[in-house]
Amino acid sequence: MSLRNCQCIRILDVSPVGQLKKPDEFFELKLEYPNWDGWKPGQFVMIRPTGWELDLLWARPFSICSADGETLTLFVQKVGRGTSRITALKPGDTVSIWGPLGNSFAMEPDTPTLLLAGGIGIAPFRGYVEHHSHPENLRLFLAHRLPLECYPFGQLSSKVEGLCMLDGQPDDLQYIIAAMKEQIREFAEKDGLVLACGPTPFMRTVQTFANEFGVRAQVSLENRMACGVGACLGCVTKDGNDHHVQVCTKGPVFWTDKVKL
Amino acid sequence: MDMKVSFGGLNLKNPVMTASGTFGFGLEFAPYGDLTKLGGIVAKGLSLKPREGNPMPRIAETPCGMLNAIGIQNPGVEDFITKALPALPWKDVAVIANLYACDAAEFGELAGVLAGEEGVAALEVNVSCPNVKEGGIAFGQDPKQICKVTEAVKKNAGNKPVIVKLSPNVTDIVTCARAAAEGGADSLSLINTLSGMAVDIRNRQPRIANVIAGLSGPAIKPVALRCVHQVVQAVDIPVVGIGGIASAEDALEFILVGAHAIQVGTANFLRPDFSFDLVDELEKLLEDIGAESLDEFRGSLKLPL
Repeated sequence: MSLRNCQCIRILDVSPVGQLKKPDEFFELKLEYPNWDGWKPGQFVMIRPTGWELDLLWARPFSICSADGETLTLFVQKVGRGTSRITALKPGDTVSIWGPLGNSFAMEPDTPTLLLAGGIGIAPFRGYVEHHSHPENLRLFLAHRLPLECYPFGQLSSKVEGLCMLDGQPDDLQYIIAAMKEQIREFAEKDGLVLACGPTPFMRTVQTFANEFGVRAQVSLENRMACGVGACLGCVTKDGNDHHVQVCTKGPVFWTDKVKL
Repeated sequence: MDMKVSFGGLNLKNPVMTASGTFGFGLEFAPYGDLTKLGGIVAKGLSLKPREGNPMPRIAETPCGMLNAIGIQNPGVEDFITKALPALPWKDVAVIANLYACDAAEFGELAGVLAGEEGVAALEVNVSCPNVKEGGIAFGQDPKQICKVTEAVKKNAGNKPVIVKLSPNVTDIVTCARAAAEGGADSLSLINTLSGMAVDIRNRQPRIANVIAGLSGPAIKPVALRCVHQVVQAVDIPVVGIGGIASAEDALEFILVGAHAIQVGTANFLRPDFSFDLVDELEKLLEDIGAESLDEFRGSLKLPL
């Protein structure tokens, strides 16, 4: 057991989520547990299939969705060459994996906490809900583009209060932003906590409303990474003092008043 | 097999070093292996004052390689001396500082700051960074400047060995190597990245904010081998081979053409324990191919008559 390590482990299962109605875009990846001492929701791993030889070169970062002593579960959206090849892996294929990496979301069991997920951004919140001792204090707000069955929403909404909104049309997006604003206002009024994960424009919107209402809020960033350990300096963002900081080691979770998006 | 190697004032326990900019200050990789197992660690490039580096995006993946334009983001030499260096196991692994500056005088000043640091085994002079506006590659393409910068560093470096890191983005790398040797370099390291570019036809933008970036990774290995071969044939000072090394076989290829040591760069991103494993694999492969010793194998390339 170790705090953080790099190992070669086997894929246990790769299955599409919500396959019945939509093209295969979202996948649940199950892997052998990498023998960590522990992990925290919001942390991530780097994964590089052994079969990649020298092309593609980089590993890919993924939020830890869930993990127990035997299985590590990741939620993967097929968006490019890397994720296309990762979601085509078969049980028994091996990957290099290093982690758990980065910091984690704030967890305050007695504080009303709003979880804002933009699409694939729901991934770390599954682990968050599973780790939370008072899930009755959690509300999950999911903005999604594909039908709800493509996301692990049901796994979470059975434990917490869940709201979901489809952003299939441009008009819907404005509606969702308005709804999200109301949610953030509500949690600001009860001195709550707002946690968000999703595309950068979504994070910017959360930051704007968090500043407007003065609520404590964190955003998880998903910048492109080569190493995941703070060395390549390819994933930096600007902190509150306009200094470049690595998203992989200083984040991926940032307080909204300490990051420039 | 005895893997120890001594050259240009450095004594390394094996020829595996990590290349500047790909291994942080070394500490980032401590969870994944024993830093003292390595022959040497070349730290991320340092300047006199902290530098924020280039805007994002800074990196792009390319076939068997990658582009980067980080722009020497670093916390400055004083921060390195007070924070990273004391935390590194420098008594048991050679820690080499990599120097970046805008002119010869500044290079000299930077060398002077590091000369008194017991934990620094050598200075590597970056006259070849393609990603900064001043200095960097401008020096690397001008033999006179290479000589001048090397002299300035050497003059202020005290007893620290000086390695000059050369750019491949030149018409004749041998001329540059000779200029560094003339300036007093104890050894040379090559190659730095090849100048390159990537664009996106959909949004019609460059993939890197700096537009021009440095290409590294296995894609550049043949260019690197050619450069090392040419330089080894032409100058008397030792050479450290760098460029696309991603296996023990790659590393031995550089040693075969005459490199005393090698640096692993982009392959550190394949997995963070890559360089640690390479130390073992290198020794095993040397034995497997029937080499008598590292010294016997080095430079034993059989050229056509």
